[in-house]
Amino acid sequence: MTAPRRDTPTPRLPLPTRVEMFVRLLMIQSAYNYELLLGNGIAYCVEPALRRLPGGPDGAAYREALARESQYFNAHPYLAAVAVGALARAELEGAQPARIERFRTALCGPLGSVGDRLVWAGWLPFCSLLALAAYGLGASPLVVLLLFLGLYNAGHLGLRGWGLAVGWRHGLRVASALATPVMRDGPAHLARAAALVAGIALPLALQRAIGPGRALLGGVVIIVAVMGALAARLPQRLQGWRLALGVLAIWIAYSIAQHTVTR
Amino acid sequence: MFDAEHLATLVVLGAVLGLDVVSFPQAMLSRPLVAATAGGAVMGDPVSGLLAGATLELVALETLPVGASRYPEWGSASVIGGALIGASGQATPGSLSVALFAAIATGWIGGYTMVQMRALNARWARSLHPAIAAGSRRAVLGLQFAGLAADLIRGALLTSAALLAFEPLATITLAVWEADARVSRAVAVTVAASVAAAAVWKLFRVTPGARWYLAAGLALGLVSMVLM
Repeated sequence: MTAPRRDTPTPRLPLPTRVEMFVRLLMIQSAYNYELLLGNGIAYCVEPALRRLPGGPDGAAYREALARESQYFNAHPYLAAVAVGALARAELEGAQPARIERFRTALCGPLGSVGDRLVWAGWLPFCSLLALAAYGLGASPLVVLLLFLGLYNAGHLGLRGWGLAVGWRHGLRVASALATPVMRDGPAHLARAAALVAGIALPLALQRAIGPGRALLGGVVIIVAVMGALAARLPQRLQGWRLALGVLAIWIAYSIAQHTVTR
Repeated sequence: MFDAEHLATLVVLGAVLGLDVVSFPQAMLSRPLVAATAGGAVMGDPVSGLLAGATLELVALETLPVGASRYPEWGSASVIGGALIGASGQATPGSLSVALFAAIATGWIGGYTMVQMRALNARWARSLHPAIAAGSRRAVLGLQFAGLAADLIRGALLTSAALLAFEPLATITLAVWEADARVSRAVAVTVAASVAAAAVWKLFRVTPGARWYLAAGLALGLVSMVLM
């Protein structure tokens, strides 16, 4: 039993099976925990394909493969689709269990780090900042939501679909397929685009949120620049949202205290 | 006071959007821009909800949902923020400050409940280990659906508790609020934008050339702000 050769034609996976695997990918983190991480989710997503193993869902091959696929696994949830496609093909082609396990171990790191940089540190802030820019330009709630959700999910669902397809097409050789320009240079390009949009979005969003009044707005922009610069130098553990909560608590207490004093 | 219909709708919304954070489908329906606007819309004021959503989104730019790290649960939390500002209206002095405070506090508690949720999933996984190791389809699917259902219940309980706690507190606080409406709103937005400015800098400064793009964007944004 060997891994598929590079020139082996891609076997066909029936459309209903692929659709079921894709839908299950949206639930891959439902049983996320600190011990198996995505392990059970991978088994859950690969399972529709495993039913095609000799003996079907009652056979020994199915049970052995399902047990193997439910072990510890870690990756970015969207790019885990690559692993699901590749593992499904490896299991159906009868790759050696030891090779599958080595493949699973080797894939965790790249799928995690590339996904984090591409999606969490690139695509998500880019879409979020673009929607904030639209808000700042006066867009209605519906337009802001449609822009954000439409754009973000075009990338999100596209990435999951691409991952499943490329994983299935390349099987255990999928690592080479991941060395695409999008995966290699995409995070840096996205970061630059998001930085440009951030610069545009922040002043515009501030202006709309505060409302008319040049003097107040000018003062706020200067304070934000100073406080932002200070906050950027704070240790990582002093997260900004904690400081925001503290400042808001003090501000609310001050406003209530003012009432007591004026009475 | 929220009536029973509003409460029920908000609890369902908080549960569903809390589920989106990690379990299903991670389509970013749980981002503050979306969730707070939806919360405001339930109260009949999506524009106020969007104001709370945009301000919370500035804070949320700092917290990326990376794997096993702990971060605020913005889905259910933003529903609370949007509902509170939607109930009072953005013109009410202090409404944005109170909505923001309630949302961030709920997000903080929500982050803790997500950690407990993962620990519960781990306990279930341990108890099902013999069956999963034997390749039981029922065990694999059962663990997945149990996690999904528990997360939905977590979001519903969190939203209910936050509504019960913050709705009366918001009513009492806004009744005695003394500070000027515009200044109050400016304080809340300044705090959120400062977090966003720091987050943007930390996020993009490591990418070669990104700081120049940020500077160019800022120039464009400030010119547009002056011209508008």
